[in-house]
Amino acid sequence: MPASDFDTRLGSIFRQESGRSVATLVRIFGDIDIAEEAVQEAFAIATKRWPATGVPPNPGAWITTTARNRAIDRLRRETTRHGRHVQAALMDEDDKPVEEFSALSDDRLRLIFTCCHPALGPNVQIALTLRLLGGLQTPEIARALLVPEATVAQRIVRAKKKISAAHIPYRVPTAAELPDRLPAVLGVVYLIFNEGYTATSGAELVRSDLCNEGVRLARLLAELMPDEPEVLGLLALLLLTESRRAARTAADGSLVLLADEDRSRWDRTSIAEGQAIVRACLQRNAPGPYQIQAAISAVHSDSPSTAETDWYQILRLYDQLFAQSPTAVVALNRAVVVSEVDGADAALAAVDVLPLDRYHLFHAIRADLLVRLGRFTEAGVAYARASELTTNGAELAFLESRRASLPGPPERSR
Amino acid sequence: MSQYLLSVHGNDEIYAAMDPDLMQTTYEQVNVFNAELQAKGSWVFAGGLHSATTATVVRVSDGETLATDGPYLESKEHIGGFWIIEAEDLDAALAWAAKGSAACGGPVEVRPFEGEPAADDA
Repeated sequence: MPASDFDTRLGSIFRQESGRSVATLVRIFGDIDIAEEAVQEAFAIATKRWPATGVPPNPGAWITTTARNRAIDRLRRETTRHGRHVQAALMDEDDKPVEEFSALSDDRLRLIFTCCHPALGPNVQIALTLRLLGGLQTPEIARALLVPEATVAQRIVRAKKKISAAHIPYRVPTAAELPDRLPAVLGVVYLIFNEGYTATSGAELVRSDLCNEGVRLARLLAELMPDEPEVLGLLALLLLTESRRAARTAADGSLVLLADEDRSRWDRTSIAEGQAIVRACLQRNAPGPYQIQAAISAVHSDSPSTAETDWYQILRLYDQLFAQSPTAVVALNRAVVVSEVDGADAALAAVDVLPLDRYHLFHAIRADLLVRLGRFTEAGVAYARASELTTNGAELAFLESRRASLPGPPERSR
Repeated sequence: MSQYLLSVHGNDEIYAAMDPDLMQTTYEQVNVFNAELQAKGSWVFAGGLHSATTATVVRVSDGETLATDGPYLESKEHIGGFWIIEAEDLDAALAWAAKGSAACGGPVEVRPFEGEPAADDA
């Protein structure tokens, strides 16, 4: 295999397997740094050895075993720093066969609950989840989140220090705690995806690396918690949203609205998978915000065009969503649906009362409604306000073009 | 087991102006909380403090001792009391802090102590 192909293969094995290996080693050694260093070392050994020997049949188990043995060797060398209980744990570990710790997927579940512990800030939760579960290196996380490497490195160092100093536990919450703890985990995965879907800054609308990572993490959660309807709802929502990615931007990178998207470019495989999950969720009849949003997305993905979309059903779903999450942003999105069902007048009345002056989409949606009502001057003002507030280059270009295409007011007469 | 400092932060002026009945209720709630900490074996030490105006800061520099009147930080809000507890992990400590906050009616900061309590095999 040529060297570059091998590097690519190794890189994808690292992303696939390092989260599991790190999680298992954290359980064994109770220390994130030891786990991370040992897994890095194991991959360094693999890089040297595998070109000659070939990739072993179960590379993840190989990495975990090698990393565990390296960590044990290292701890033995530094044994004076550790008490007898560490020695005892090491003796114990020596006797365990490989199989026992190669298939323990719930180690990753423990790890994600530690990464998303409420005692860690949201930025820290995201960076730590991408690093430890996603297997992303600090520079990759920095690129993905568009923050300096030093910032990411500092967040991760501080988080690891806090986890160890404050004894943030490494365990899956009990059933009684889960309702409090699960939303943070789902929220982190959703934010990772969403940051990719409409990047906060930069010229590109979509950052596919983050979208892929979000879907991958959602899949992992669904695999680990197959009985939690909201976990499945999140996966379905991300798959259905992701299915439209190719159609969301034109060839030149500019933004395309849902109504104008070329629906033949939607990814039917993702849609089929997402819709199947939505149907399974409906049967469980335990709706939550992610499941309802997935159901809304599923209705869109069934429709050949905006005109043929079942807006009544979508409005009912939005009512249900608003009953569960009565936020201004949900009310804003609901108003867009109201405009399809009851007209732009009713929608504008619903939008105008919302306290979202700092949110660019509030102004963009108002502007669209004003255009439909023929109030072009006000629409121009609203587009301008939306442009001021957006930080995404593709969105800015789109808003500017909308404003420029408004029917000429008197002051623009040529 | 790890030890944590649970400190209560608040505004002395608000404490001073507090309704005596409410003050009494707060004391009683804190007593109940303290009793629970002791019953569960999590209690190490606790106490309420006089207002920050009673504080004195002492510094030694170049062999000279300098005492200054007032608290170290010039702030409206100061530590008003604290618990030192023993807990299994941060989740357990945060659960105690939530009960403590409900009992005293103020925000509770949770900080881990450095090092482990003397381990028997050390």
